[in-house]
Amino acid sequence: MIKAILIFNNHGKPRMSKFYEHYTEDTEQQIIRETFHLVSKRDENVCNFLEGGLLIGGSENKLIYRHYATLYFVFCVDSSESELGILDLIQVFVETLDKCFENVCELDLIFHLDKVHNILAEMVMGGMVLETNMSEIITQVEAQGKMEKSETLTLLFICQSMRQSQASRFSSKIS
Amino acid sequence: MSDVVEKTLTALPGLFESQTGAAKITNRLRQLIKSITELTSKHEEENLIKRELSAIKEQVSSPNTTMKQMREIMVRAMYCEMLGYDASFTYIHAIKLAQQGGVLEKRVGYLAVSLFLNEGHELLLLLVNTVLKDLQSTNLIEVCMALTVVAQVFPKDMIPAVLPLVEDKLSHPKEIIRRKAVLALYKFYLIAPNQVQHIHAKFCKALSDKDPGVMASSLHIYLQLIRESPDSYKDLTGSFVTILKQVLGGKLPVDFNYHSVPAPWLQIQLLRILSLLGKEDQSTSELMYEVLDESLRRAEMNHNITYAILYECVKAVYTIHPKAELLEKAARCIGNFVLSPKINLKYLGLKALTYVVQHDAKLALQHQMTIIECLDHSDFTIKRETLELLFRITNAQNVTVIVEKMLDFLRSCNDEHTIIHLIGKVAELAEKFAPDNSWFIQTMNDVFSIGGDLLQQDVPNNFLRLLAEGSESKEEDDQLRLYAVESYLTVLKGHTSHLPQCFLQVMSWVLGEYAHLQESVDRREVIRLLTQLLDQRSVSSETRVWILSALTKIPEGQTDLILDLAESLSSSQDTVLRQQAQELRHLSQDSQLREWVLPRGAPWDGIEVDSSLSFLDGFVSEALAAGAAPYKPPHQRQEELCEDRALNLEPYSFSLPVSLSSCSITDRQSPTLLSVSSGLSGNSAELSQKAGSSTLILEGVKRVWGKDGYLPQKEATAPPVDEPSAAVQPASQQEAAERIEPRPEPSTQNQDKQQLASSLFVGLGVGSSVSLLGKSEAPPPRFRKKPRPHESSSSSGTSKRSSDSSSHSSRNTTDSFLYGSFPEEEPATSISTFDHTPKSTTANGLSQNKDTKEDRHANTSQILGGDMVIVRPSTIQDKHPPSVSSDLTALLPADLKDLPHSDVISLTSDPSLSLSSCRLFRDEALLLVIFISNCTETVIKDVAVQLTCEELKTASLRGNVMDCLEARSTSVCHYALLMDDPHTNVSLTGTVSYQTQPGHTNTLPFSGTLSTADFIRPLVVTTEEYGKLWLSLSHDVKQNLKLLTDAGDPLRTTLNALKDALQLHVVDIIGSEGIVACRLLSGAPCLLHCRVNGAALAMWLRSPHPALPDFILYHCQRALAHH
Repeated sequence: MIKAILIFNNHGKPRMSKFYEHYTEDTEQQIIRETFHLVSKRDENVCNFLEGGLLIGGSENKLIYRHYATLYFVFCVDSSESELGILDLIQVFVETLDKCFENVCELDLIFHLDKVHNILAEMVMGGMVLETNMSEIITQVEAQGKMEKSETLTLLFICQSMRQSQASRFSSKIS
Repeated sequence: MSDVVEKTLTALPGLFESQTGAAKITNRLRQLIKSITELTSKHEEENLIKRELSAIKEQVSSPNTTMKQMREIMVRAMYCEMLGYDASFTYIHAIKLAQQGGVLEKRVGYLAVSLFLNEGHELLLLLVNTVLKDLQSTNLIEVCMALTVVAQVFPKDMIPAVLPLVEDKLSHPKEIIRRKAVLALYKFYLIAPNQVQHIHAKFCKALSDKDPGVMASSLHIYLQLIRESPDSYKDLTGSFVTILKQVLGGKLPVDFNYHSVPAPWLQIQLLRILSLLGKEDQSTSELMYEVLDESLRRAEMNHNITYAILYECVKAVYTIHPKAELLEKAARCIGNFVLSPKINLKYLGLKALTYVVQHDAKLALQHQMTIIECLDHSDFTIKRETLELLFRITNAQNVTVIVEKMLDFLRSCNDEHTIIHLIGKVAELAEKFAPDNSWFIQTMNDVFSIGGDLLQQDVPNNFLRLLAEGSESKEEDDQLRLYAVESYLTVLKGHTSHLPQCFLQVMSWVLGEYAHLQESVDRREVIRLLTQLLDQRSVSSETRVWILSALTKIPEGQTDLILDLAESLSSSQDTVLRQQAQELRHLSQDSQLREWVLPRGAPWDGIEVDSSLSFLDGFVSEALAAGAAPYKPPHQRQEELCEDRALNLEPYSFSLPVSLSSCSITDRQSPTLLSVSSGLSGNSAELSQKAGSSTLILEGVKRVWGKDGYLPQKEATAPPVDEPSAAVQPASQQEAAERIEPRPEPSTQNQDKQQLASSLFVGLGVGSSVSLLGKSEAPPPRFRKKPRPHESSSSSGTSKRSSDSSSHSSRNTTDSFLYGSFPEEEPATSISTFDHTPKSTTANGLSQNKDTKEDRHANTSQILGGDMVIVRPSTIQDKHPPSVSSDLTALLPADLKDLPHSDVISLTSDPSLSLSSCRLFRDEALLLVIFISNCTETVIKDVAVQLTCEELKTASLRGNVMDCLEARSTSVCHYALLMDDPHTNVSLTGTVSYQTQPGHTNTLPFSGTLSTADFIRPLVVTTEEYGKLWLSLSHDVKQNLKLLTDAGDPLRTTLNALKDALQLHVVDIIGSEGIVACRLLSGAPCLLHCRVNGAALAMWLRSPHPALPDFILYHCQRALAHH
């Protein structure tokens, strides 16, 4: 099971955090800090797995991470997950983000925190891997995106009709 | 109407030229983030967020805020929460948003809910109706959202509300819904397995779903179910194999390919399931050989994910019933991993090796050079994994090098978790394989100073027990102790301020106990060194207590120094210290008293402890009558003492605010421990133990230390290198160590590595079998424990054992009572052992019995009637091979047929009669059914059975006297056997008398053995009841047992094995701890608390009966050893 998914930048600023187990607010922050501390001091040419860390590490859990430009993607998993499998899942996640945002960068994650969460929700549900197929994830996310657009369209429609009535109201007020 | 307008306006800010309020808000997030990124200090960020939060607070409470704005606000609140600021006032609005908003608002609302709220949050109740509504919605997206939130945050008690709807979704036409429903149900299963039991059939349907995605998510459930009970799902093996074959054969849609590998994650899941199913099951394993072979063959493409599959495959091959051909291929794969230049693969290769090396030591040998390289690797994770591997291959020959490597690593490591984890292993290795005294002490010094106060408490405890208990030869023990004393004196002469408290405690205890062994050192010097410590500020008050106890023990002659010290401490703030100082003063003034209270060098075995303190009974009743507070059992006091340094191991106790001083108050309350003056009237041994008990958590005599379980207890073939020079200087020891350790010389680096390799892998040579791994027989382990017959199950000849135990006949009675030597194959000797069994250890037996009765009364209603399984305790010793057909059980009376029973075994026979017996397990008694068969063609007359057993109460129920037994017929007689005091094994003897011809009586003797295990019944209690009962019980025993690590969840496996063997009731398993309850027939209960402690199972037993825990422990050990 996946215990937590963390994204933070090279300076340790959290960009997204999702915990699948309950920790208190303070512990969550401590975990982010500790994880950053552990991960950031590792060289580029070492392996992507990390045991240790008292809070989330424990003897059962391990951290699996990838570093992309300015961002660290860290998955904390227990022993029931395959290390390399998760490593590729991170790759899928990032590629999906890239597709959805068209050349994803750190700022996209900041400004569209909710969208990132929605994409993640299509991949991982309650700590279990739900979908690993990128096109399927995108389809699901887009289905919601379409809904967003269609809502905007109806709004546009309402808006136009409102504008007329508003205009008429304004005119009546003026008169 | 204006609301709609507002909404429109916010949605389309661009349509309007003018900047409306809503449009401004839209930009708020952007502004917020922009200003945050511009900040430089944490303080500024705090101020900014505080401002932001108050702005949000204002907006959410304003009635004019629209849903659309609310959405925006929620994202901002989410952002603040992510940064670690409290935005709890928005929670209720998140729920509102999910309730009232349109689909888009709902989505943000649900998202915020799942981020903000946890399972225990009270506001979740408000969400139930919304979720119910959305689950029934026709909008797919709403259903999906509801399912997601259900899987994320719903607690146990809210599951019934949504369960039927989620269940319905399993047959939803859309596969994404089915899939999410399956995962939601899996989550329900994890948190409340009972509630989804009825839908297991539907899981099966999901497994055969036409959509591979739904099938894949159902594998999550099956993986879990199979992990819990592999046996119930063996029939599905075929299906899983077929699915895997189809996946491998590319039968899935191309969509499922990832880098042209078909559904890799699905393959990984399936391989894990198969390895669980095939474990220790040849026939099931055979079903999967082919597909595993194919998997290994197919996964040859050079992509990351194929290696993931390969790794699972290799693990599966080594987990299931072995097949040589596959093992060979898997070994080659591991080679590829280990040799790979890719660091991730190297890591997995090492992990695989660590896993495999238990089965095949030679594999490590093949890769020794690579392993050496990994040892010097720059990557911390790789190094750590390599050490883990080395730990597994340690034997007596390579231990010095490996421990050296581990200590080197630990010195440069600053990750607490790693230190705790590895230092325990170093201590374990040192204890198990130490080549000589000096090395052992030096290594333990390193362990204590590196591990410091992070150490698990059992490391120093085990070490002290080892010193105290000693091995077989007193000389050797004394040498070890002497060396320890010398080494500690050297340490104390140096800088002491940086030493961890735990090390100081160990040192002061050892100096106190054994400083007298070293004659060349001035006592004054020892006292001076210890007193010096007392003056240091960094020394904790607990350590001070240890030091003072040590000073109390250092013998006479230095009264002036001691009196000064006592004087200076008698005004201490700390009451415990003050009390100790008083004791110190009294004792130092009266040397006779001291001699009596603290007999020097008293053998540990010789200490006889009247644990019931019966000699104080009169005192107690007087004190109670005078209104004193009732007695507090020792474990409670000990707990309070060690509370502030050790982990709280007892999850059931009430958390009392405890400190040393409060403990001293409780001591005062307990009439039995009124400090020296009152205690002196009693048993001296008891007092000396008491002096220890305030410092040591060694519980008197019942010391069974070590994580062994698999150290073969061999008779010393050659005593370990016995130096008369045990008093060697540490320097020469270092020299010795350096001789072993190759010196790095850059020019001959490679040669160096070769040398290192040969020293690391010594003992793993070709032809060396598994037994060489840590279970080496070559040189006997240095610190052999005293022979404990209950360890005998591990191996080794009985004859050697009995000679061992006879040489130790002087062992105190309690010990032999508890662990009386029972050579496995000779029931005859076991009888003789019982001859000196004390009838009862309790002098205050009255109150004991009363307790038991009360317990019985309280618990009878909770006894589970019919769910006992048939157990076959392997202890009935039988001189005759069981030749009786089991259809004799058909002769059991109807009212007994339903009871769980053992196999029928033959007791004895002669030409005319044959006797066999069968044990039936009833709640309140053991029924022994004896079948008497007439083997002749004539009638046998006047058959009478007589059964005697000293240890048990026997009652004949029926059929022990018969007038005549027809030809070729069988008659049944039964006895009810009651065990009031536990005995390890009890022997039954009896005779049958009969007449083949009138006036001519024959007698046929028979005998058999019963084990305590036959008399143990499950005790069904809830966790709460368990907790209460736990606190009320006084006799406890702690011991580390072997952990069965061959399955997925070692704790569960071990407990299940125990449960099967001993009819225990597993009350609850929480994380790495499990609680188990049982009772002796319907009498005394025994509670077991098990905690996984590294590779061992720390078991803590409590019972009102003083001896019962030991017997149950004994049987647990046997059950695990036989497993």
